[in-house]
Amino acid sequence: MDYFLTEEQLMIRDLARQIAEEKIVPVRAELDETGEFPHDIMKTLAQSDLFGLFIPEEYGGLGKGGLELAIAVEELSRACLGVATTYAANALGTYPLLLFGSEEQKKRYLPDIAAGKRLVAFGLTEANAGSDAGGIQTTAKLDGNEYLINGTKQWITNGGEAEIYTIIGITDRSKGPRGASAFVIEKGTPGFSFGKKENKMGIRASATTELIFDNCRIPKENIIGKEGMGFVVAMKTLDNSRTGVGAQGVGVAQGAFDEAVKFARQRVQFGHPVITFQAVQHMLADMATSIEAARALVYAVSRFVDSGAKDVSKESAMAKVFATDVAMKVTTDAVQVMGGSGYMKEYPVEKMMRDAKILQIYEGTNQIQRNVIGQALIKEAAKANK
Amino acid sequence: MNIVVCVKQVPDTTEVRINPETNTLIRDGVESIINPYDMHAIEAGLQIKEQAGGKVTVLTMGPPQAENALREAISMGVDEAVLLTDRAFAGSDTWATAYALSKAIGHLGADIILCGKQAIDGDTAQVGPEIAEFLDIPHISYIRKIDEVKEDGIRVQRLMDEGFDVIESSLPVLLTVVRELNVPRMPSLKGKMAAKKAVIGKMTAADIGAEDSNLGLKGSPTQVRNIFAPEAKKDRMMLDGTTDEKIEALVKGLAGLKCI
Repeated sequence: MDYFLTEEQLMIRDLARQIAEEKIVPVRAELDETGEFPHDIMKTLAQSDLFGLFIPEEYGGLGKGGLELAIAVEELSRACLGVATTYAANALGTYPLLLFGSEEQKKRYLPDIAAGKRLVAFGLTEANAGSDAGGIQTTAKLDGNEYLINGTKQWITNGGEAEIYTIIGITDRSKGPRGASAFVIEKGTPGFSFGKKENKMGIRASATTELIFDNCRIPKENIIGKEGMGFVVAMKTLDNSRTGVGAQGVGVAQGAFDEAVKFARQRVQFGHPVITFQAVQHMLADMATSIEAARALVYAVSRFVDSGAKDVSKESAMAKVFATDVAMKVTTDAVQVMGGSGYMKEYPVEKMMRDAKILQIYEGTNQIQRNVIGQALIKEAAKANK
Repeated sequence: MNIVVCVKQVPDTTEVRINPETNTLIRDGVESIINPYDMHAIEAGLQIKEQAGGKVTVLTMGPPQAENALREAISMGVDEAVLLTDRAFAGSDTWATAYALSKAIGHLGADIILCGKQAIDGDTAQVGPEIAEFLDIPHISYIRKIDEVKEDGIRVQRLMDEGFDVIESSLPVLLTVVRELNVPRMPSLKGKMAAKKAVIGKMTAADIGAEDSNLGLKGSPTQVRNIFAPEAKKDRMMLDGTTDEKIEALVKGLAGLKCI
């Protein structure tokens, strides 16, 4: 369907697609098998300016918004969700600086991020703080001109590979949610190390590790925003990044659907290509319809976010939950359409099905997204009935 | 360092089809691309510039739509693009093409000229070396590695059937390159945006001061009488059986045809 994208947006889509087809598709099975980090592909994305998409021009970026980022993420996800996760998590880690960083922090970090010279990671989750971000144990204690960071972050995408980390720690436990703060910490800071690399079911090209802070001292200026703003930073960051996860869902679903159609045209049973059978056609019809609906929602919400709307939590949660549930369903159905072949590693859909599962889990499980939507509905209803 | 890269726009197909009535390439419905070997020449030009400084100009001779190939080169990062286009060039063979390109290069000025080893449509591999002859400068073909670029010279590796030669040359020099040389870069978004806006320099036969009699069909020593796809011969025999049986049948068959 024509989404009336601008010439520049089409250019971004075409370039991301070209990179996906020429550089990612040929190596995705191997990256999945070995779990090797895709350094070469990241280099290509950097040279192609794709890391700078959503970063303002004054910091060396292209000054585009969430829709352009979603378009790029969708195309990369169509080829390999592991690579796309690495790329999208970089944006996730950058949002705290972009939205709340001081002018100095922006000048210091954004140009390198835009150029793809330094990768970013976002550290919120801990062993006892996933869906319940209030359970954060990591502490940041002001000591003279420095903060002393202690604690362990878990399942951090781009952990070990990123050079820049934006993390949330507790500066004053007595203040509850207002006692958290956001910080930027560079790789190589004494007291900052990485735990083991996780062995994952899918998105295996992406790196996931613990971040370990053991009396890690950082300059006072490394706080993002003000003390106590940590949860605001985290929530606004997630509001902005969720459409990107939705775009990942659209992309992987489209990739699996394309494979299923291609296969169904070639596979002959009972003397006819299986695509001529109504049972298969109906599955493909449902897959295509849900992908289009997911894309329409992701693009619409991205435009809404880009418009500068004040509160986008509900809509971005809707885009994330719908598009990623579609991704799980479509990738599973793609395996079904392809039968035994779909289950084998010779075809990419079993990987896509494994990869898709994480989308329902990370950056807020789909259950938490429904909580977000539900709370917004209660608020809206209360306001309307005042 | 002035680097000029010569490129050709070719049909994006490995199976070139020919119109049997006009003996010309069928271009309808076939997308045009930059000749793949020329992509390596562009990459080489950009790498030399990154290392030694200077300017990369991409040059092509062709119809107005060849501008698309030049814009693609700009999206990869070349500084300037020049389209050599004129009705007078129509029908040029490799000699007339090389003559016109050499005249244009004479106007642009170049320390290093890069070409792909050949075009995938004509496959002659003649234009590069012919340009060097017209310019009366050295050329080295089939470059697989550029070892060193200095102010006054270059050291390169030339691919041979077995191994390679290491060759030094003074500048200016013309190099034709093979795939082994590099991996052409992807375009960048900033490059694509620049390509959209870029003004493509155009040169005509008059601009380059070319002798009219050397141009186009009449300036071409090669006159194409006929182009045809060889007919597939059906008079073949497939031999079955064990290796020994097949050898026996082969010898008998060849003897029967009085080949042995």
